[in-house]
Amino acid sequence: MRALISLLLLMLAAPVHAQTALPPAPFADRQLDDAALERKAKALMETIRCLTCQSQSIADSNASMAGDMRSEIRERIRAGEEPEHIRRWLIERYGDWVSYEPTAAPILWPLWAAPIVLLALGLLLMRGRIKRRPRA
Amino acid sequence: MRRLLIWLPLALFLGFFALFASGLFKPDDRVITSKLIGQALPAFTLPAAASDRPALASTQLADGKPRLLNIFASWCIPCAAEAPQLMALKLAGVEIDAIAIRDARLDVDAFLARNGNPYSRIGLDARSGVQIALGSSGVPETFVIDGKGRIAYQHIGDIRADDVPMLLQRLKDAQ
Repeated sequence: MRALISLLLLMLAAPVHAQTALPPAPFADRQLDDAALERKAKALMETIRCLTCQSQSIADSNASMAGDMRSEIRERIRAGEEPEHIRRWLIERYGDWVSYEPTAAPILWPLWAAPIVLLALGLLLMRGRIKRRPRA
Repeated sequence: MRRLLIWLPLALFLGFFALFASGLFKPDDRVITSKLIGQALPAFTLPAAASDRPALASTQLADGKPRLLNIFASWCIPCAAEAPQLMALKLAGVEIDAIAIRDARLDVDAFLARNGNPYSRIGLDARSGVQIALGSSGVPETFVIDGKGRIAYQHIGDIRADDVPMLLQRLKDAQ
């Protein structure tokens, strides 16, 4: 019985937040009043990588640093800054790593070329097959 | 030609296998270094984070003497673990300034009373703004700042006892 009660009490216990006692930054979880600006901010946040939870975007992450970055981005966009300018500012600090948006950097050229190469290969294969097929 | 082509799938398989196997055994490196190393500190002015230490502005970090800029927080456990090493650096004559991330004055005071206070100035970065501007991705981190206010080196994670001589050397190099 006692075990059951303590188990039930445990279910009521508030989870301990390991990160910080401070409330989130003003615009971490609050949308901008202007819907167009909020759309701009949201699109950028979805392509900025969280530094704490490294496989998530800052739009998805609950890490306190991601919240601070969301607030920073929303405030800057509200002040009239362009999303790409903010992205460049972040890349200057954290490297290409921080942005999910693919760039045209030379290291990515093979990736961009891959669809064309594969299509050409397919066409070549198809041509060989069509040529070889005997006339019925 | 055709005979060689038969081996292509096997060769591809072995290639991918080697790639994935090496990925399994390579140590996972998730450390994100600041790209601002070698450049000037971003300009900032922060309010005081502790009751008995003055506030911190970036201009104060360019007074001709190399120093450490420690990024810490009272809620961060590795920050408490590196406190003795920071104290050792302080006793070796190193000037250490700090930025407390997402913190509150009472918490910082309690943290310093518990772990010792090696800092000359402590700025409060309540919303990680300066941390992001520095290209720092967590706590604790320690930057070596040269006399001209440039970032000479970034140490990520807590300072262990065997990091102390290395940091002293970095400070000397930054002279």
